Amino acid sequence: MVEKYKRHYGSGLDAETYLGQNYFAVDRSLIPDFLKLLRHDEQFDYCVDITAVHYPKREKQFDVVWILYSFERNERIRVKTQIGDGESVASAVPIWTTANWLEREVYDMFGIKFDGHPDMKRILLPDGWQGFPLRKDYDILRQDKEWVQINLGIESGQ
Amino acid sequence: MIEGKTTDKDLPNTVSNLDLVTPDRTYLDSNELIINMGPQHPATHGVLRVILKLDGEKVLGTECVIGYLHRGVEKIAENRTYTMFNPYVDRMDYVAAVSNGLGYCQAVEKLLAVEAPPRANYIRVILTELNRIASHQLWLGTHALDIGAMTPLFYTFRDREEILKIFEKYCGARLTTHAFRIGGLQYETYAGFEKDVQNFVNFVRPKIDEYEELLTGNRIWIERTRNVGVISAKDAIALGVTGPVLRASGVKWDIRRAQPYANYAHFDFEIPTGENGDTYDRYIVRMSEMRQSLRIIEQAIAGIPEGPITAKVPKVIKPAVGEIYHSIEAPKGELGYFIVSDGSTQPYRVRVRPPSFVNLQALDIMVRGMLVADVVAVIGTLDIVLGEVDR
Repeated sequence: MVEKYKRHYGSGLDAETYLGQNYFAVDRSLIPDFLKLLRHDEQFDYCVDITAVHYPKREKQFDVVWILYSFERNERIRVKTQIGDGESVASAVPIWTTANWLEREVYDMFGIKFDGHPDMKRILLPDGWQGFPLRKDYDILRQDKEWVQINLGIESGQ
Repeated sequence: MIEGKTTDKDLPNTVSNLDLVTPDRTYLDSNELIINMGPQHPATHGVLRVILKLDGEKVLGTECVIGYLHRGVEKIAENRTYTMFNPYVDRMDYVAAVSNGLGYCQAVEKLLAVEAPPRANYIRVILTELNRIASHQLWLGTHALDIGAMTPLFYTFRDREEILKIFEKYCGARLTTHAFRIGGLQYETYAGFEKDVQNFVNFVRPKIDEYEELLTGNRIWIERTRNVGVISAKDAIALGVTGPVLRASGVKWDIRRAQPYANYAHFDFEIPTGENGDTYDRYIVRMSEMRQSLRIIEQAIAGIPEGPITAKVPKVIKPAVGEIYHSIEAPKGELGYFIVSDGSTQPYRVRVRPPSFVNLQALDIMVRGMLVADVVAVIGTLDIVLGEVDR
């Protein structure tokens, strides 16, 4: 499977293994196409999770991670792609319905937008929230001041 | 701020690309009504708010508003060491704290490439399965109460107490147990642990029959649960639903069997499944699961080996740079941890894949076309814990 896709996508795709877990590092432009292939041709019919990791020092600041599972093959796989701040990535909702809330949570926490998502808005935090908490540069003390002290009127949460 | 949402004319159809059967329009189309259920509502099992779009008693669509219990668990993890974060995971699914701890400890162990010794694994399995029974008992009591059967609540809470007593004797805590440590266990079992557990198994087995006597053949129970909140296997997989909800739709999948962790591979147990994917089937599946857990516990106490209870783990945990995903079969479904290490003492990123959060997304498709009273039944049958939905 790995060889096949490497031949197909060339340098846009890289397959790696760490501690026995396999993952693909894929170029952002290939994402919708590649996820669709995994879903339909390789039977990865269950999207376990979608999440992101923030690396502020990198030029492309974010890793978006899809964790997939195939009932047929009893196999887990991860797909990763790097995107810059302000860039968006294709939504997986047309492929796996479960991506809906998972992508909303990624948006809520990281501010990464998913193109073609039916309802891209915050999910866990209130609509008026400022900033994206799981970014590394998000300041907990600022949140304490603006949300806890000013908005909620509580002395301090820290 | 959130109040403004109630005026939304059209609630977004969150699962629009599934083949939904749109409920028949009635003569009273003008009576379309949008009402709030929760966040303070006894049947939402916590601070869940569901906005219902109704045509008379019929549900046309729902939208869940969640996050009232959001504590930023994943952010907290980034500011704590691996060891310090361990107790926090208990606060997510607080009725199954032991499972949360098992998932986290095993994920970090995987990242460190160490394995807990066999004795620790046996004790872990016993406590986790006890916790699964406790979680299912709590689900049964509250779910039946929502539907109108009050007695099971008293029965299940009475019996769940015995499990909490064992936890208390083992580690001093009843709910947020913090029972496991990275690499194994902190506490050796107390004298008489095996006997206590065996006594509990003997005590609770007839009690489960007792619960079933109250409900399984009960006509009111059947009327309220059969064909209510049906979800097909195809939809369940597309929605990422796991745990008893998925199995009740006929998918025989359990991580304990599919990708065994701890030492589940050594135990003999069955994976109960349903056929119709309705509320009644989910009830039957969970009841059978309790009995299967008892089987696993009995096998485990008969076979606890002697030996150390912790693996050799450094005092200061500093995994090499890398990332890992590890998941376990929690009482609610697949509980996963995705941990990224940058080689320091604090995790660079901890992502929790919460089963309740993902399962709750199926609420909309399950209640469309049903009555308002069924929404209560479906929320109960999904077995969500808001601490885990919101984290």
